[in-house]
Amino acid sequence: MFRTLFAALSLLAMPAIAEEVTTFTLDNGMDVVVIEDHRAPVVVHMVWYRRGSADEPLGQSGVAHFLEHLLFKATDNMSSGELSEVVAANGGSDNAFTSYDYTAYYQRVAADRLPLMMQMEADRMVNLRLSAADIATERDVILEERNMRVENNPSALAREQMMAAQYLNHRYGVPVIGWKHEMESLELEDALSFYDLYYSPNNAVLVVAGDVDPNEVRTLADQYYGVIPPEENLPERLRAEEPPQTAARRLTFVDPRVSQPYLARSYLAPERDSGDQRKAAALVYLAEMLGGSPFSSALGTALQFDAQLAVYTGAGYDADKLDDTTFTLSVAPAEGVALSAVEAAMDAAIADFLASEVDPNRLESIRTQLRAGQIYARDNVEGLANRYGAALSQGLTVQDVQDWPAVLEAVTAEDIKAVAAEVLDPKRSVTMWVAASEGELK
Amino acid sequence: MIRLIAAFVFGLNAIAANADVAIQELTTPSGINVWLVEEHSIPFVALEINFVGGTALDEDGKRGATNLMMALIEEGSGDMIAQEFQAAREALAATYEFDSYDDGVTISAKFLTENRDQAVALLAQAINQPRFDQDAIDRVRGQVLANIASSAKNPNRIAGEAFYSAAFGDHPYGSDDSGTVETVNALTQDDMFTAHRNALVRSRAYVSVVGDIDAEAVGPMVDQLLAGLPEDGPALPDHVDFGLTGGVTVVPFDTPQSVALFGQAGLKRDDEDFFAAYILNTILGGNGPQSILMEEVREKRGLTYGIYSYLVPKDHAEMWLGSVASANERMVETLDVVMDQWSRVATVGVSQEELDAAKTYLTGEYPLRFDSNQAIAGIMVGMQVEGLPVDYVIHRNDYINAVTLDDVNRVAREILDPEALHFVVVGQPVGLETTE
Repeated sequence: MFRTLFAALSLLAMPAIAEEVTTFTLDNGMDVVVIEDHRAPVVVHMVWYRRGSADEPLGQSGVAHFLEHLLFKATDNMSSGELSEVVAANGGSDNAFTSYDYTAYYQRVAADRLPLMMQMEADRMVNLRLSAADIATERDVILEERNMRVENNPSALAREQMMAAQYLNHRYGVPVIGWKHEMESLELEDALSFYDLYYSPNNAVLVVAGDVDPNEVRTLADQYYGVIPPEENLPERLRAEEPPQTAARRLTFVDPRVSQPYLARSYLAPERDSGDQRKAAALVYLAEMLGGSPFSSALGTALQFDAQLAVYTGAGYDADKLDDTTFTLSVAPAEGVALSAVEAAMDAAIADFLASEVDPNRLESIRTQLRAGQIYARDNVEGLANRYGAALSQGLTVQDVQDWPAVLEAVTAEDIKAVAAEVLDPKRSVTMWVAASEGELK
Repeated sequence: MIRLIAAFVFGLNAIAANADVAIQELTTPSGINVWLVEEHSIPFVALEINFVGGTALDEDGKRGATNLMMALIEEGSGDMIAQEFQAAREALAATYEFDSYDDGVTISAKFLTENRDQAVALLAQAINQPRFDQDAIDRVRGQVLANIASSAKNPNRIAGEAFYSAAFGDHPYGSDDSGTVETVNALTQDDMFTAHRNALVRSRAYVSVVGDIDAEAVGPMVDQLLAGLPEDGPALPDHVDFGLTGGVTVVPFDTPQSVALFGQAGLKRDDEDFFAAYILNTILGGNGPQSILMEEVREKRGLTYGIYSYLVPKDHAEMWLGSVASANERMVETLDVVMDQWSRVATVGVSQEELDAAKTYLTGEYPLRFDSNQAIAGIMVGMQVEGLPVDYVIHRNDYINAVTLDDVNRVAREILDPEALHFVVVGQPVGLETTE
């Protein structure tokens, strides 16, 4: 095991590689993305289904996430929990996650274990065998998960109310984990009907990232996934669209467990669209400029440095959605500063920003950071895998993902001014005050 | 001049595949030890520094000083005030993170090859010449006070506060290292310079570097960052025994789900039984869905979303902890199951099958950790802090495999003690009361 430094270096000598991506589609319609990273003998194997909580039937909120839990139960070929046990016995880890637009399953394991992962993942795509007992205990588990994430967390409860106010008609207004009263009534047939229709190869994206050869992945994918027949009755993905918002909405949320009053503002905003990501790219810059860093953003400078009005300022823009997304601002007032005062200061800072030219130094600094972000991202192959899986589940193409850095790079001051004027429209806003008591709202 | 002490190539045997990680152990011209892995395929460097000592070095009456000080390192240095410093950092697209915990303060940095010299110079300025301007102190103090207020209403933080204060009393481990409203409000600029002088000292610094850089360049880089710091700091705190005895403490808090933090005395990282205990904990509650506690509490009964146990060998105390959250109406049943399993494992032990499965998992999972520059930098600095040699990476799986069923079950008998297990429960748990 002892060798000299020079032997070590010659052994490790490797050509500089960029992110190497290969894509293809199986005969049954399953899309495949292979991302090569040969630095370590590890593979991330993921299957993404193009359905999430925003695709659930009315009255069954939470069923997509409930089904995600149930996919770890028995199949015709595996006992309950066996998949995770096999992954662990092979030194790997596995999990799953559900969002508005997708449900995804993944394992991270030694690269030579890929065939076994595919065998098991393909098995549970079609052979799930649920019992009444599974439903009863696992429903208790998701209710405890909701308790932990939401009921015990006043900020999460407030966020649910805000999203419900933001989306009048679109399912993004319903929480991913589900409304509690609907979760309590989820039954076996609800989970199974979602499963039978949507867990199909022609509704799925396979992402394999790590120390793999794309040709071998293709052979394996054909062997394990290619034999599953497509769902002929897969419905078109139709969702109720959000109507134009023509009146500002306001709400107050009071919970004695709130320690720090704050205000949150959201505006409906365009998301990344296939072949048309320019507005979304400009919104990424706008979020940085308004609230990215407390030291340099418009809100941070005005509310935390020029005046000591806030202990926190921030802006967020979720570019990755299938349908209209949100651009959000949040501010926590300093001790002794009223929410009304801090909101007035926030609105003044926004007005100043809209009335001024974009600072060219800030613009170039953000451009540099976004470019560097692409380099740092290559250190995390699982992050790259998530990028492709999410994008392909949200109506984007591989080309869109690969174009995105260039689209970000090309954003101009004029683009930012234009999206700011379009999105930061008071009539399209929702504003929420959060406090521990009615008194704090004054 | 770099003195090369040793360079190893480790073949990390993932189940069948091989990863080669070449760790070079270097000494810089000024005498600081550094572990380096060269990885030239991505043009950036990940750097990790850990100064042992941490918030446990807070002086009497100055609780929160180290925490506030580390939060201020990025708030101005040299001739740059906070906003100027951050503008310079953003223009370089470098990231610097400064943090503190009870046994150490940490610096994590990432910077690009293309502007490495400037990014290192700016970081060196932050480390060696912090300004601690009064307006920055006041601004960040406001953020710390907001965090303290938030902890007072967070069930998990309330549980931790109650548990650690009862376990460790006046020892630094017995209080939240953010400080109290009173101590934080009383902190001065002088206190910040003192905390900086005490916590960031060369003899307690551990450094790892991974990425697009070679051994020749690493020595001067690390010296630029650290050579100007004082050599040594104040004495570290004494060892403290875990002071809680078996029982239940209920902290009433109006929320629908109770949270429980539970634990007993543990064992030191260098204890000869550590690996046996580590495997035992993996089986008991360390390995997510495969653990006994997860199977009994979640899978069979649906009482929680997650339950975990942890071995916590701190620098000056040792604990074996666990945590779980259940609806107020179901917490009593949850704790009964935990007690039953803790007792059963202590008396009956685990099976050969459970031990084999845990070993396969642990030995298979270990090589998979070395999959990114940042991960490797973090692992290497952690090894140095724990006093492990470079070649531990080669032998670690042998240590795991050498543990026998007798070892594990002897440790279970000797250390796991249901009578000593103390539960702090925050919420409105139905039917549960504080014991005498």
